[in-house]
Amino acid sequence: MNKNKLIDALYESIGEACVTESDVAHIEIHSNKVLGLHLVPGFEVEAEELSDGIRATVTVRKHQKIEKPVRICFGLLEETGIQKIYMNIRLEDYSRVAILSSCTFPNAVDVLHAMDAEIEIGKGAEYIYLERHVHGREGGVTVIPKAKVVLGEEARFRTDFELIKGRVGKIDIDYDAECNSHSILDMAARISGSGDDHIKIHEKANLKGEGAHGVLRTNIAVREEARAEIKNTLIASAPFARGHVDCKEIVQDRAIATAIPIVEVHHPKAHVTHEASIGSVDSKQLETLMSRGLSEDDATHLIIEGLLSPNRQNP
Amino acid sequence: MTTGVILETRDILLYLGEKRILDNLSLEFWPGHVHAVVGPNGAGKSTLADTIMGLSGYTKFEGDILFEGKSLKGLPIDERARKGITLAWQEPARYEGLTVESFINAGAKEKSREASSRALDLVGLNPDEYLERAVDRTLSGGERKRIELASILTMEPKLVMMDEPDSGIDVEALEKIFDAIQFLKKKGTTVLLITHSATVLEKADHAFLICCGQLVKKGPVDKIMQYFGEKCIPCDHKNEPDPEQINE
Repeated sequence: MNKNKLIDALYESIGEACVTESDVAHIEIHSNKVLGLHLVPGFEVEAEELSDGIRATVTVRKHQKIEKPVRICFGLLEETGIQKIYMNIRLEDYSRVAILSSCTFPNAVDVLHAMDAEIEIGKGAEYIYLERHVHGREGGVTVIPKAKVVLGEEARFRTDFELIKGRVGKIDIDYDAECNSHSILDMAARISGSGDDHIKIHEKANLKGEGAHGVLRTNIAVREEARAEIKNTLIASAPFARGHVDCKEIVQDRAIATAIPIVEVHHPKAHVTHEASIGSVDSKQLETLMSRGLSEDDATHLIIEGLLSPNRQNP
Repeated sequence: MTTGVILETRDILLYLGEKRILDNLSLEFWPGHVHAVVGPNGAGKSTLADTIMGLSGYTKFEGDILFEGKSLKGLPIDERARKGITLAWQEPARYEGLTVESFINAGAKEKSREASSRALDLVGLNPDEYLERAVDRTLSGGERKRIELASILTMEPKLVMMDEPDSGIDVEALEKIFDAIQFLKKKGTTVLLITHSATVLEKADHAFLICCGQLVKKGPVDKIMQYFGEKCIPCDHKNEPDPEQINE
């Protein structure tokens, strides 16, 4: 398959059209090949093809605010293979970028997708990273995303990981963020597991700077034989650091879910809260929808769909 | 307004644990009317609504509940709803991530943005401001109550039970709820208000006064209000009705 056909196939697998706008930066990567790379001023990418993946350095230059979200499409259309992505992302001071990333493995039977990212967000910079996975029905994919994030003074970082289409397979997320003074972190993951899927998440944030704010949010639904192990660690070690850990897991059938929220406060003027709810669908939510005429299955489906929907930024 | 009986409870006897909550309670509700069930806290008013709706924990009782002449016994909540019965909770549920539009459309007869917008307008909420919001903790209890009522309006039920419609509601919002009650009545819907508030009670056409799960008095609202004010409010034996007053 030639490059253009592969790009078409990647986008088709996520139900979207290829990006054609000249003012939108986009990158398409299949297996260990960079198929497409279109940049806009201020957004720089250097990519190197490795035997089993890609090494890329992304830089957003000082004061550059990338107006339109950058699109990245990673994928592997074959049934088997390995794709390792090593990313070094650097937002210089007062820059801004939003990246919408899609990872697609629609035919995976035995695929490994590993991401190892080092992210540095400069003073007053803002980075939004939304990652959406589309998997096939077989569950034959192992996803291992790792990220080490450093937020500079007054930096902002929002990330949202979504895996609700297709089977999870195995996923092992390990994110670690260090938040300097007055920075704001919002880290979320939304995953739906079924069959014998195995979901493992460890999100950690250290609010080490004065006035740093951090939220770790995990919304999971598991059914059949799926398992979910969620560990959220939030450490506040500076005055006026504020943090919150929120983990919600809906469990159906024979699925098993665990949640371990760890909150540590190392300063008397810091404050961290946590909230976890694990179990069946809330009976009041269920009965309210049933009292509108929805069957129990339809009501459950709607509640889970809401739980797994992107965070709505209510005012 | 049509004649006859749309809903009838026949000698309902319901225990929660060891406690008798509804005590041989027999009531008849006429179609197209706004009825109120009034009584002190703990009288069994909400339990009556929960039992009629068939909520979990309220399905085992003696006696019967007839809707349009047919027993509801053994029917799950959704089947009762599909017959045209619904309930507005005293404290509506919150749904993380579920939009107001999806929530309203869930049980709507006409599932469309136009229909959900009209319903929000009727309860005094701006659709542009609310349709995309989540029905979650960022909404006040009063906002969720009005959104719940909007979902009921689009469902077009035959019977709506509203449990304490004024709780957690400011004056302006309460007026919108009263407007919606009148709208339902005009459409021929039977409304059952569960309340201990005189302000809510006066919106009804007819009322039942219950105490300790027993019917104490029934009749026009003004008479029930007078009786409730004179006999129940000063009563020092809460939820222990004077046997001489029962079914007076």
